Amino acid sequence: MIIFDWLLQPLQYAFMQRGMLAAVMVGIVCAVLGVFVVLRGMAFFGDALAHAILPGVAVGYLIGGGAREPLFWWGLLTGVFAAIGIGTISRSTRIKEDTAIGIIFAGMFALGIALISSVRSYTADLAHFLFGDVLGVRPPDLLLTAAFGAAILLIVFFLYKELVVLSFDPVLAATLRLPTRLLDYLLMVLIAIAIVVSLQTVGVALMVAMLVTPAATASLLSRRLPVMMALAALFAALSGVIGLYLSYYLNVASGAAIVLTCTAFFGVVWIITGFQRRGLQ
Amino acid sequence: MNRFRSLEKSKLVIMPRLHAHEAGKPILRLDKVTVAYESGKALDEISFELQRGERLAVVGPNGAGKSTLFKVIAGVLHPTSGLVEVAGSQPDGHICIAYVPQRSQVDWNFPLQVRDVVMMGRVGKIGWLRRPTPKDQQIVRRALETVGLQELADRQIGQLSGGQQQRMFIARALAQEAELMLMDEPFTGLDVPAQEELFRILDSLRTQGVTVMVALHDLQTASERFDRVMLLNRRLIGLGSAEQIFTPEHLIAAYGGHLRLIPSQQGFIALGDTCCDEGEHDHL
Repeated sequence: MIIFDWLLQPLQYAFMQRGMLAAVMVGIVCAVLGVFVVLRGMAFFGDALAHAILPGVAVGYLIGGGAREPLFWWGLLTGVFAAIGIGTISRSTRIKEDTAIGIIFAGMFALGIALISSVRSYTADLAHFLFGDVLGVRPPDLLLTAAFGAAILLIVFFLYKELVVLSFDPVLAATLRLPTRLLDYLLMVLIAIAIVVSLQTVGVALMVAMLVTPAATASLLSRRLPVMMALAALFAALSGVIGLYLSYYLNVASGAAIVLTCTAFFGVVWIITGFQRRGLQ
Repeated sequence: MNRFRSLEKSKLVIMPRLHAHEAGKPILRLDKVTVAYESGKALDEISFELQRGERLAVVGPNGAGKSTLFKVIAGVLHPTSGLVEVAGSQPDGHICIAYVPQRSQVDWNFPLQVRDVVMMGRVGKIGWLRRPTPKDQQIVRRALETVGLQELADRQIGQLSGGQQQRMFIARALAQEAELMLMDEPFTGLDVPAQEELFRILDSLRTQGVTVMVALHDLQTASERFDRVMLLNRRLIGLGSAEQIFTPEHLIAAYGGHLRLIPSQQGFIALGDTCCDEGEHDHL
């Protein structure tokens, strides 16, 4: 019964319940998109995009004077523009893709910090943007997360076969006359939206972990794409719940606790599957 | 043996739809196709025609523009100037062209089964927001039978041997109902039995009127197993029968300093550059 108490005690707080719900929803959405991020080698793009959203959030912060809605919509606007911008610039042949991403990512991030630092006593708010504030999630935030998360999952479901072809063999996608560029941008915009809805959970600095780590863990366990997506979503959701318990009892930052749990899952699976592989040889 | 028998049996099963195109026109016609990059021309005024059912070998050194040529024909890359006609019209609207990639350019760890990859050939025909119908499933099954992979349909793609991987892509081209198949270095890294099996499948495709263009490095295979050969090095050096094309002058024009001609009693022995792991740079 002790363990029961242990599990239930944090849940008597409404903010813990909301936090867990948010962490689970965000985890699932990011994990499903994250499978594409991992398979296509877009981890750096995802990381850059998360950081590039900061100036948008900063503008929302300055305009709204601390209100939440402007933060979300400005973040969303910036995220979509940054995704399209990075996508367009990385197509230019004169600068290598990762260099182009690096330039935009650092520049936008610096702009965001500069904007936020123009407000006195900014450090607490800046920390929330950078590392998340999942326990500060309010009911309207949950609604936005649910709505956008569901939209992302639906789009992935309905365009699944096209997205898989594009990810596995872009030349085939082109010979089948699929609108490859449009689908590329769509995927980037979906990632941008996922990042914005996840911002409050883990913050921009740790965002890439939500995209990459559960999907990578699942990739060690399954060679089937749908199974891999389901496993990634499961690991991400579990990490959200376990991470928040750890955060509660060990008194550590919630975003960091969630990401560390994801990382721990990856480490354990990596070691176990490594042993299995060695056993087979 | 079993595999070959099923191959024979299913030979007539998959018939690409030929009626969609004007009869009598060459399946492929290129007119002064040039592809230029900032660094120079990858293809220089390439013109030729290909008849339906023909099997053409495309030979040339690394960087000769073979992959670029295929991508232009497939409509994936647009030529800087010139005209490509597939069965009498521009390639943009066609999905009857299949591009079989070099094996080294494929991510074999991708979590897909053989069946999934072959079904990809159907994606264009299935259409948006739809799932594969029983008819699509059947076409995929027959394509797998044609190449003798029906028993490996549930394998992860990374578990296939080189020859099986190549056959999987041919099955995908069949599922696509391709009439023109472009194969980029399919024989590279395959042992002789696997190569022979590919040729058996190519023979059965010929009876179905599928036109095949194959980029390869081995001049002997090119001269023995293909109807015509093309010698390419950014520009078209020659196109015709192997006897006409593989002359010392042509070969030196194509390979330059990379080629050594060693006189022998039958004529000469040509040593070309046969390293081909890297392939050409992707300009997509």
